[in-house]
Amino acid sequence: MATPQQQQSTLKDPVTEANVKPDTAKADSNLKLTARNINFFYGQFQALHGISLDIPTNKVTAFIGPSGCGKSTFLRTMNRMNETLRNTRVEGDLKLDGENLFSMDVTDVRRRVGMVFQKSNPFPKTIFDNVAYGLRVNGISKKSVVAEAVEKSLQHAALWTEVKDKLQKPASALSGGQQQRLCIARALAVEPEVLLLDEPCSALDPIATLKIEELLFQIKDITTIVIVTHNMQQAARLADFTGFFLMGKLIEINDTKKIFQNPGKKETEDYVTGRFG
Amino acid sequence: MMMEISGTRRFINSFMLALSGIATVLVVSVLFFILGYLLIHGASSLNWDFFTKLPKPSGETGGGMANAIVGSGKVLLLATLIGVPIGFLAGVFLAEYSGKSFAFLIRYVVDLLNGVPSIVIGIVAYAIVVRPMKHFSTLAGGTALGIMMIPIAVRTTEEFLRAVPNNLREGAMALGATKATTIFTVVIPAAISGLTSGMMLNLARVAGETAPLLFTALGNQYWSQGWLAPIATLPVMIYNYAIAPEDDLHQQAWAAGFVLLTLVLLINVTARLIIARGPASQRR
Amino acid sequence: MASSTYIAETLSRRTDRGFIARLRGGDEISYLVTLACTVSILLIVGLIVFELWVNSRPTFTAFGFGFLTSSAWDPNANKFGALPFIYGTCVTAFLGMIMAVPLGVAAAIFLSEMAPPKLSNILTFLIELLAAVPSVIYGLIGIFILVPAIRVYLVPPLQAAFGHIFLFEGTFYGLSYLSAGIVLSVMVVPFIISVSREVLMAVPTEQREAALALGATKWETTWDIVLPNASTGIFGSIFLALARALGETMAVTMVVGNSPKISASLLAPGYSIAAVIANEFAEANGDLYISSLIFMALVLFGLTIVINAVARIFIMTTQGKGA
Repeated sequence: MATPQQQQSTLKDPVTEANVKPDTAKADSNLKLTARNINFFYGQFQALHGISLDIPTNKVTAFIGPSGCGKSTFLRTMNRMNETLRNTRVEGDLKLDGENLFSMDVTDVRRRVGMVFQKSNPFPKTIFDNVAYGLRVNGISKKSVVAEAVEKSLQHAALWTEVKDKLQKPASALSGGQQQRLCIARALAVEPEVLLLDEPCSALDPIATLKIEELLFQIKDITTIVIVTHNMQQAARLADFTGFFLMGKLIEINDTKKIFQNPGKKETEDYVTGRFG
Repeated sequence: MMMEISGTRRFINSFMLALSGIATVLVVSVLFFILGYLLIHGASSLNWDFFTKLPKPSGETGGGMANAIVGSGKVLLLATLIGVPIGFLAGVFLAEYSGKSFAFLIRYVVDLLNGVPSIVIGIVAYAIVVRPMKHFSTLAGGTALGIMMIPIAVRTTEEFLRAVPNNLREGAMALGATKATTIFTVVIPAAISGLTSGMMLNLARVAGETAPLLFTALGNQYWSQGWLAPIATLPVMIYNYAIAPEDDLHQQAWAAGFVLLTLVLLINVTARLIIARGPASQRR
Repeated sequence: MASSTYIAETLSRRTDRGFIARLRGGDEISYLVTLACTVSILLIVGLIVFELWVNSRPTFTAFGFGFLTSSAWDPNANKFGALPFIYGTCVTAFLGMIMAVPLGVAAAIFLSEMAPPKLSNILTFLIELLAAVPSVIYGLIGIFILVPAIRVYLVPPLQAAFGHIFLFEGTFYGLSYLSAGIVLSVMVVPFIISVSREVLMAVPTEQREAALALGATKWETTWDIVLPNASTGIFGSIFLALARALGETMAVTMVVGNSPKISASLLAPGYSIAAVIANEFAEANGDLYISSLIFMALVLFGLTIVINAVARIFIMTTQGKGA
């Protein structure tokens, strides 16, 4: 399950309309996550309306849209982080590799679907302990295994050379960009099948942003990436597929090239040409 | 036409500034006055005997408060063991698990407990420990002081845990940590400087308490064995010696007062320094 | 790589369990244990009320509410009345507050509005240390320094000027309502200062700036704008301080004179509820004696709860405004 998938030359087109019948979403090794008719409620307020889409394996999928459109809310549904809030309700179907995400053990889900947050949140521990945290919490404590995994994750996060001599220093000593890469390393250490990133570069300067975009490009071989971004150029640079959200609905999801150059819907066109948002 | 501020108004302004400043200086000088007096009267009466000898029977001069110093330590240790875990865990509940209305109720009750005069707590400890056992004890004293430590333990814990950014909790849970694991391996370590400082202030406050010990721990001329015998404590000795007729005992009361105050102030200052040097999120 | 497979297999098999991972089932335990501790606090408070109530019954059965209005206190004759102590508690607390409130609020104003921030912080720090001084130490200072000083420097001019008023009649031996009142005020002032200062500082800067921009002096701004804004909060702090003064034991016991008689003169020795309990509880024999002392403790308990509740109302109103 954790072995990287080989890239296939032909890919199924991701779903572009809401309300697709469930039986078309059979377990397809090319589709890591499939969502059908996801509705989400904060109390009485409905934040997501009938979201249906597929996340292809080992690709980068980006969610774009104006503030408050529900892209972050939907992202957080995919690792069930919304359950930590009070008074929320989710309806619909969400499958990870064909398995129903909502009936799995939630800590299992979160280990397999990792997340990197908008504002970097390193723990008040050493750099090493930060990256090792996920492993230890999930039951892996053998020193040699942990040390090797930490090094591997830091390399994937393009941070190893900068911190290899100071692994025992507190994580707070790192710069903003380094901290975010540390958080990426921390998420990668448990070998997630999907990595969700919620506007990971919005608090960073352009150079730090570039470093992170480069490493995301490299790691899509070992995991599937879903990134929420308010920066359309970033989506255009990074993503294989892009989905446009507006007011809690998924307006359109397709090849990034098509979304930006030849969008199917008027709202998408208005957004990507900068007419609003 | 430009209106200049009138002379009267300016005078009133300066006058009030001076008045309020004098009031402040007056209050602060009390502190220096107390410290000064304790230093002069107390430090000068301090000798090695004070820390090593037992009190002499009435009529004889000399002796020390060795048993009271150790006694205070024992009672405070017991109080911490009784009060801090309950208060701390209740604080964790309030910060991490509780719903809004239940939390409001609990906070109200905790504040109520905090406002109960210490002597009343002493009476309750008497009723539930001394009376059934039919004698005074370290346990009774520790119970009284332990109950007094609970409200501040709850408040401090809740306040400093809430101050930990939610970001951190989400980061841990996103890696597959359960809520309990997150609390104990991430949130509490993040709040540790505030929690430590709070507990130190709690201890310092309770260390000087006399009233609840008067009829729980009572006092002891000798060493107190175990936890179920009456025990001498520093504050109670100060009180007993201060109201005694002998001048020699007065001197010892000053010495003890000096030691007690130094300890209490030292703990206070250290606690506040810990907060000032800790992470910014933990500062009030 | 070998370890990569190990991690992957371990994590997907979930058979290997480290110490921290065993806390997995610990969500329930953690919730229950912390809940239990919270509930136990409720039980402790209930226990306090229960014990006070139950142990007061003998006195209540013997004297009824008349206990609170009777001033006959003769333990040997089994006669008990709480009035001298209630009276003394109120008089000393009132005295203490009268002196502490103007001083405390004035100092709070200085620290919040007038003093430069650095100076204000240092002085506040020192004043908060004052609040940490144990009561028995104030008692020490009270007996050996304050009382002689009052006797020598304060009372002669006081009696010379006001000796004809009933408040200042009689010979002054040192231990008295007045001495206790003064010691109480010294103890309570730091508390008033720190709470009032916080309340004052919580008044939004915009309010001050609006007044200053119109040409008001600092004092005028404080008096006309800041204080009215902060008044409910300051009242709250006064009530909190009052509750403390009522329950204050050691310092009062050491200087009040321990005389269970009601006197109009402030220079006469007196007693307070907390002081009589402190002095006589350990040796009290006989159910009625002990129960009388406990009944008074119950009265004190009730009094402090009511005053604290009033204080909270004031403070919550301020918070509503300030936000």
